[in-house]
Parts: sequence; C-alpha cells; structure tokens
Amino acid sequence: MTDTERLLRHRSFVELGARQRARALLDNGTFRELLGPFDRLMSPWLPRQGIVPQADDGVIIAKGKLAGRACVVAAIEGGFQGGSMGEVGGAKIAGALELAVEDNRNGIPTCAVLLLETGGVRLQEANLGLAAIAEIQAGIVELRGHQPVIGVIAGSVGCFGGMSIAAGLCSHLLVTREARLGLNGPQVIEQEAGIEEYNAGDRPFIWSFSGGEQRHACGLADAYVADDVERIREQLLQLLGQPSANRARQHAWYLQRLAQLGAEAPQLDAAAVRALYQGDAQ
Amino acid sequence: MNRALNWLPNLAAGQAQAGYPASLRVIDGELDNRPARFIAVVPDAHNPFPRARAGEVGLLEGWGLAKAVSEAVEADRNTEKRAIVALIDVPSQAYGRREEALGIHQALAGAVEAYAQARLAGHPVIGLLVGKAMSGAFLAHGYQAQRLIALDDSGVMVHAMGKAAAARITLRSVDALEALAAEIPPMAYDLGSYASLGLLWRRLSVDNADSPSAADIAAVRACLAEAVRDIGQSTDLSSRLGGEHRQASRDVRARLRSQWQEA
Repeated sequence: MTDTERLLRHRSFVELGARQRARALLDNGTFRELLGPFDRLMSPWLPRQGIVPQADDGVIIAKGKLAGRACVVAAIEGGFQGGSMGEVGGAKIAGALELAVEDNRNGIPTCAVLLLETGGVRLQEANLGLAAIAEIQAGIVELRGHQPVIGVIAGSVGCFGGMSIAAGLCSHLLVTREARLGLNGPQVIEQEAGIEEYNAGDRPFIWSFSGGEQRHACGLADAYVADDVERIREQLLQLLGQPSANRARQHAWYLQRLAQLGAEAPQLDAAAVRALYQGDAQ
Repeated sequence: MNRALNWLPNLAAGQAQAGYPASLRVIDGELDNRPARFIAVVPDAHNPFPRARAGEVGLLEGWGLAKAVSEAVEADRNTEKRAIVALIDVPSQAYGRREEALGIHQALAGAVEAYAQARLAGHPVIGLLVGKAMSGAFLAHGYQAQRLIALDDSGVMVHAMGKAAAARITLRSVDALEALAAEIPPMAYDLGSYASLGLLWRRLSVDNADSPSAADIAAVRACLAEAVRDIGQSTDLSSRLGGEHRQASRDVRARLRSQWQEA
C-alpha cells in the first residue's frame, strides 16, 4: 500500500462519538444498543441545577459480537459534561457489567469493552457518581474472573478521577497517543498543591507524565496504537486472546520499585519514571 | 487530628503488624469470635512522598492497602475467612506531581482490587467511617465493603471533592455551592443527606467521635459484629441499592435487565 492509499483509508477513532465508536469496534451488523436515547433515562439531578440533561446521560451500552464472541461495550461520551459519571450513566455501566457477570455464571461467556473518556465523578451528582464508580469497579473485578474486560482510552478527554482507578482494574488497557490517564486532573492538582508542584497550563509537561505513550512505556498500559479504527480493532482482538498482566495485583513489585526512591522521593521526569518502571518483567 | 488513631487501638487489641508503610496501621484482632484484620491509613510526617503526609491515600498507601488485604486473603485461603474492617478517616487522595508521574491511579486500583477480591473470596468486609471519607481515598479504602457503618457525627463526611475545590471547579462561590448542595441530596455535605442515598447500612450515635469512651467502643464493636452476621454469605454490593434517593439507579438496572435478554 502506498502512503497515499494508507492516508485515504485512515479513519480516525478519536473523532468519532461514543455511539459510533462502539459500533465501529463490534463485528459488522451486531451492534444492539440498550437503554438508548429513546428510552429517555436522564439525570434527575441536572435539571434542578439549570443544566440540560441528555437522553442517554452520556453513556452508550451496546451488546454485540467481537470476532464472534459475545461482548458488551460501554462507551462514555466525552462531549457531554466532560464524560462525567452521574447516577444514570454510572448505573448503566455498572448494571451492564453485573448482567455480563450473570451471563457468565449461566454459561454464556460475555466479555466487556469500556471506552473511557471521562473526568470522573460528575460533581453535580457528587456522591451518587462516586457510589456508581465503586459499583463499576466491583463489576470489573468480578467480571474479570470470567472473561476479559478491556479498557480503551483513545482521547480526547482522557480518563481521570475514579474512572482512572477503574482503568487500572481492567484485564488490558489500550491507549493512543491522544490518550491521557491520571487520577487527578491538572487543574485540581494545581489548586490543591500549587503551581510550583503542577502547572496545569504547561501542556507538554502534563502530557509527558500522563500521555498514552508514557503510560505504555511505563507498563501502565498494555497496547499503544495509532488513532485509526482498524488498528484499534485489530489490537483489541489481539488483547482478547492474551493473558492479563494483572497489574492491580502487583503490589509487591510496585512497593519494591517505590522503595528505590529512598526516604525522600525526588521529583522525577518522564525518563526517570520509565527507568524505574522498566527493566525486569513485572 | 486523625480519628482512626484513637479508635483503632481500642477496637483491636493486638500489636500493629510489621512490614507496611508507616502510614498504614494493620492490627489483627477478633470480632464476634472470628479473626479480624483492622486497617487504617494514618498521617506520617516522614512519608517519602510529601503530598501524602497528612493521612492522604497516595502511592505507598494504595499499594500498602493492597498488600495488607491480599495477604489476609492468601493466608485464609483454606481456613476461616477473617473479617476485614477498614477504619476510615481519609481527607483525600494525594494530589501531587510525583503521584501522577508514578501512576497513583494504579496504586489505588491495587487497593480496590484487593478489597473487592476479599469480598468475592467470602471475607466479610466492613467500612467504618469515623471521619472523612473523601473521593478517591474512599474508593481505595472502604468503598468496596459489603457494609458501611458511619458514626453519626458532624465530623463524618463523604464526598467527591472538598467544598472549596468543588466551588472553584464548578465556578460557584462556596456559599452558592452550599445553598445548592442543601437542596440536592447527592451534592450535600451532611451525613443525613448521604444516608438518604441508601449507601450506609447503619448510622451509630456515640458519646465522643474524636476520643471514644469505653461505651462507644463496646457499641461500635457490637455493631461491627452485627454487620458480620448480616453479611452472611453475601459477596456483593447489592444492599446499597434501596435508598430513597437512588430511584434512578434501580430503574436503570431494571430496564437494562429487561432489554438485555432481548438484545
């Protein structure tokens, strides 16, 4: 294939909305949305605060097939309220994971793919968002005992807050160069810790820590792939067949690495973090 | 002042276990004639990570909790599953450059994983809220428990973000945020509103939440024992779904279930 052909065939995944993303990853013709916009399950809390709710609360749930395997996809729409998790959207994801667990228990193997574009808890629904995230995390851990749960962070919102913890629980995590992954958003860190500690306006600095390439190089993500629908799907199918790194169970390894930083951990640049986390296999 | 430090040695009589970061206290005791592991995150002025010196849950705390919980699960694999009690007074997760660079999200995932696996393995896991239970710190330390018990005290607070920070992020004044929060139960900062969400199994009045009396300790231990019995064989979080202000959480699940079979 020539470069021109490749360019013409390229289809950006990042530019797709959540529904299109879910459809693009599932086998052709197998996408079935559950609790779609016509069900009109909307946030009961946003209108009271003068915010227009959305008919799907920014979360798309779809059943379908992935290379012929039964799969449920939960896709977060980063364009609605920053992909934040409220009561309804959170319950959609947690409920879907719970039903997938039930199917597996009943002899119907069902895996899950989570498309994560989210700032974390929706502050307008604060404690219900936080509770829903705890339930999503519980669902991921339980489902993973049966079938893979694959997290995809494509960009452009990234994956933050409690949902970054959820990403850390997945069997596998796939990121692109446009992805960011971190617990605390840059603005919040700057406000809490001061601009000397974290300058939210310094984008190269922030991407050097939390960007997809760095997370992958540090072993905090399993696959790093270009922003292209076909490449992401191919990579997803490959991950489905691989054993999980079980990253969330590696406390001994991480505690040993962190201990190398001594009694007063220094500030590290991206290269220093890679050096610390690379080397012998986890 | 960290309240867990005052409660922990009275609730669990044993020695603190060695081998954990200084910001963790892990004590093996008993509860209702069953072995029990009590775990707290506490301040450590010499924490190697300066943004985690005031009792925040950071890198060492996340991975340390993972170790404390998963070692208990491993040790009990072929024997009686000990109860695991998370004593919770955590002001926040650690906000810092070192934390983000080194993947604090993964450390907290380690803790969530360990607590969830303990629950699934049949350990009764209880979160005892004696002070603040904030955001990512609470997710990592306690929110995976089958039962949550809170002292009925104004110093007990559950929230996704502190008032000042939440006001800045949502572009409101603290006064405006408080006025709004008072009318929106999931946004409110008081324990009564939180209880209306149905996430707490029990609220418990005590004489002194800062410095518990002997009667307070006895009442809390009795409540913990009752929780262990109430958990029985259950390994999930389903008991949280009944709250007055969680109607939508129930509706979504019910309608999802009916469409799931057809899809």
